[in-house]
Amino acid sequence: MPIAEELAKKQRQISIAEFFEKNKQILGFDSLTRALITCVKEAVDNSLDACEEAGILPDIFVEIEQIDGDEYRIVVEDNGPGIVKSQIPHVFGRLLYGSRFHSLKQSRGQQGIGISAAVLYSQLTTGKPAIITSKIGEGFPAHRIELIIDTKKNLPRIIKEEMVHWKKKSGTRVELFVKGKYVKNRKQSVYEYLRSTAIVNPHAHITFIEPDGNEIIFERAVDELPKQPKEIKPHPYGIELGTLLKMLKETKAKKITTFLASEFSSVSLQKARQIVAKAGIDENKEPAKISLEEAKKILETFKKVKLMAPPTDCLSPIGETLIKRGLRKETAQLSPEFISTDTRQPSVFAGTPFMVETGIVYGGNLPKEERVEILRFANRVPLLYQEGACVITEAIKNIDWRRYGLEQKGGKGIPYGPAIILVHVASVNIPFTSESKEAIANVEEIEKEIRLSLQQCARRMKTHLSKKAKKEKAKSKFLLISKILPEIARKAAEMLDKPVPPIDDVISQIMNIVWIDDEVVTKDGMAESKIKIINYKRKPQEFILYAEIPSKEYVMDVIPEPLEIRERIIKWKISLKPSEKLELSFKIKCDGIDFDENNLYVLGIDPVNIVGAEKWEGEE
Amino acid sequence: MSDAVKELKKIAEKIYDDLAKGKIPSIELPARTKSNIVFDDRYRVWKYGSQNITRSAVSLSGAYMLLRTMYVIDFIKDMIEQGKSSTLRELYYISEGWGEAKFNSQDESDKLAEDLEIITKKLREDFKLRPEEDGARVIGDIVIEETTRKGEKRRIHCQDDVGDAGYSIPYNVEKEKLRFVEVNADKVIAVETGGMFDRLVENRFDEKSNAILVHLKGQPARSTRRFIKRLNEELNLPVVVFTDGDPWSYRIYASVAYGAIKTAHISEYLATPAAQFLGVTPSDILNYELPSDDLTKEDISALQSELSDPRFQDEFWLNEIKLQLEIKKKAEQQALAKYGLDYVTDVYLPEKLAEMGYEM
Repeated sequence: MPIAEELAKKQRQISIAEFFEKNKQILGFDSLTRALITCVKEAVDNSLDACEEAGILPDIFVEIEQIDGDEYRIVVEDNGPGIVKSQIPHVFGRLLYGSRFHSLKQSRGQQGIGISAAVLYSQLTTGKPAIITSKIGEGFPAHRIELIIDTKKNLPRIIKEEMVHWKKKSGTRVELFVKGKYVKNRKQSVYEYLRSTAIVNPHAHITFIEPDGNEIIFERAVDELPKQPKEIKPHPYGIELGTLLKMLKETKAKKITTFLASEFSSVSLQKARQIVAKAGIDENKEPAKISLEEAKKILETFKKVKLMAPPTDCLSPIGETLIKRGLRKETAQLSPEFISTDTRQPSVFAGTPFMVETGIVYGGNLPKEERVEILRFANRVPLLYQEGACVITEAIKNIDWRRYGLEQKGGKGIPYGPAIILVHVASVNIPFTSESKEAIANVEEIEKEIRLSLQQCARRMKTHLSKKAKKEKAKSKFLLISKILPEIARKAAEMLDKPVPPIDDVISQIMNIVWIDDEVVTKDGMAESKIKIINYKRKPQEFILYAEIPSKEYVMDVIPEPLEIRERIIKWKISLKPSEKLELSFKIKCDGIDFDENNLYVLGIDPVNIVGAEKWEGEE
Repeated sequence: MSDAVKELKKIAEKIYDDLAKGKIPSIELPARTKSNIVFDDRYRVWKYGSQNITRSAVSLSGAYMLLRTMYVIDFIKDMIEQGKSSTLRELYYISEGWGEAKFNSQDESDKLAEDLEIITKKLREDFKLRPEEDGARVIGDIVIEETTRKGEKRRIHCQDDVGDAGYSIPYNVEKEKLRFVEVNADKVIAVETGGMFDRLVENRFDEKSNAILVHLKGQPARSTRRFIKRLNEELNLPVVVFTDGDPWSYRIYASVAYGAIKTAHISEYLATPAAQFLGVTPSDILNYELPSDDLTKEDISALQSELSDPRFQDEFWLNEIKLQLEIKKKAEQQALAKYGLDYVTDVYLPEKLAEMGYEM
């Protein structure tokens, strides 16, 4: 027998178990701790995807139980649409099943290795089958299936199946028995994965029971599902030869031109003809008959033709408001003083649409001396490992954070200070550095978008900090004139047995400003902004005050009567005699928007005479 | 109304008038820094110069100071009217009940008491405020008459009527409290450390050298300095100061002889310009080959600061300080024990005193 055939025989016999063993690391099972996290992660990601696709607000239950030594039982249960009985073995018992390779969509799992790898890991480490229970709706029975993967054939083998009674309307429950290690208080832990997941999925309700019985609930912050991302076709700029060849083979198109126009985005029939002509290929040639050489030619031509960017409406960002709510909810116990979030417009790298969202949490009880905490996400999935290899970390390191009020040695590297930095990259095809999907590759376009977005958040943080510093300073003056000075006058009068002298004149000499103090109180979905103005100048003052609002339609109860209310601004005319006080207020309906800080501006008065507002730079 | 109360009331009046006139209230007082002490030819002591600082309510800290000043004045006034006195520490604790006027540390209240002395040109004793620390100890051939708290006049011979710990100097050493009745000693030796004081007592050096030994207890209390000054002025006894050989000890000598920067407003009450420095000098370290330690960074900067201190601008001090910076060594008084316990009283002190022109 020729050697090649001998080898081929052996090659066929390499079982998927061996494949798994060799690729443990890239699949995310290289340590006991990580394996446990990966199993939970794959199941939870699937549950979230399933719920969202079905338009159901996810209600997810996760339990980890220590069976014996390093053996754990993992339960992940959702309220999703369920899986029809016949599909269950394929979803859980076959590696690479359902893998879509030429339709692109922003989703959590991209390769379809996910949950079946977890099933395989559990059977390889404990020998026990995975137990899947699923129900597809009211009136349907629930099916409970115990299965393993036939590692030789890469096919599911059902050990046991039965119909059971399940109170749930619909949903899926996965039970796995795995070797693992449960750790607490670490960045790389099941808890941190779930907490991070809760931040970027504020529409999910997650219950988690730890091995010691401790129950943690990540509450739902919004009752709205994220917009479903659309599938798009690949863009010629981002296609690889292998994919092109596969597509050529599988297409139903009869002609190369119709193939190009129907299987790719941003390619019109006219453009397709242009490409084929440039590549020197007959435009009527059957796609299946395109040779390797011709395919290479097409690929080269792609780069020479000017094409429209791919559509970007296929992306589903979390959104500034929801990220803020997620962050606020999950950092509430740290009572941070400031949260800023930003969502960039979609952008494109190598024909692939992507977009970046960021957030910064600052202050409160966050540790002041330590490195900032970085929360990385790709398509709403937390990235816990390989922080150093990720473009997100790289972008953070390349910003000079000292300009924005954080400490950073030499203006480079990860900054120090009481802050959490969140970055979410959404794309139809996230360029991970490896199959383990823990780090995003250093793509220039992505790095730039992250940097711009973080700088936007950082600028707001800086503004907040300088505003705070200014106020602190003014506050000490305020204490002086409101408490200490009157007390000096009272005491002096008492000692000398004289009437208390008036001190207004002295106060205006000490302050010599117009003082604006404001606060926002949120109650029952209504934010009330209160603004207090006192004229400590010795002369009457007249100026225009502008208060920024999210939008005109949310504004209510503006007191006193403003000059006008524009789309983003309320405008008052202020006129105050010396020592005169004025109180203004308005309410904002927090209906899908947040309002937590006033931005006040003045016009018609020198800003050095004002504390608590900036100079108005817009149109009058 | 006592003089002190009158003077203190003037401060309250100034602040009241400022407010009534619509002026930001403020008080002025001399800057208490090294750069603002000048030599007073009349008393031959160092006193504050003309640089003034203003405590004004324009800043929050200034306003706090003014408010505290008002409370302290009121407190002193009440105390004097009721015939009571309090320690500086008690003053600090009493301020707990003063709301916004409360002191944050005793340092602040001590300093304010000194400020009031400076502004009113009165002594803290006039305000019935006394320091925490007790006065130092005295042994020697002198008879003192002290008026006790019961009003009795009691005569004490500071060798025969006291134990080995000596006579304790009370916080008030003014004439109404303490009188010198009889003295046979012919000099005063002020000693920095307790260990050396006890050594001299045990070796009966007070008798042998016919000296009054005064224990300074480190940086001497006001009453100790005032006591020494009175011995010098009223009884014409020469004073020598015996300390460790390091920059901090030179400052102890300076405060006895010239006045301290902190209390320069009352230098003429406290300083004894005729007091001489006996040792340990840097030259002694070399001449007597004393066991020594290396100067620390702090020692060196203290010495350097002394080079620019107006109180040390004479040939003796400049030479000794420069020598010490050169040899980079310091020695304690008790380093003399290298040659035996009696060496200090048998050899060192007799030699040094002879050098300074004293007969033994």
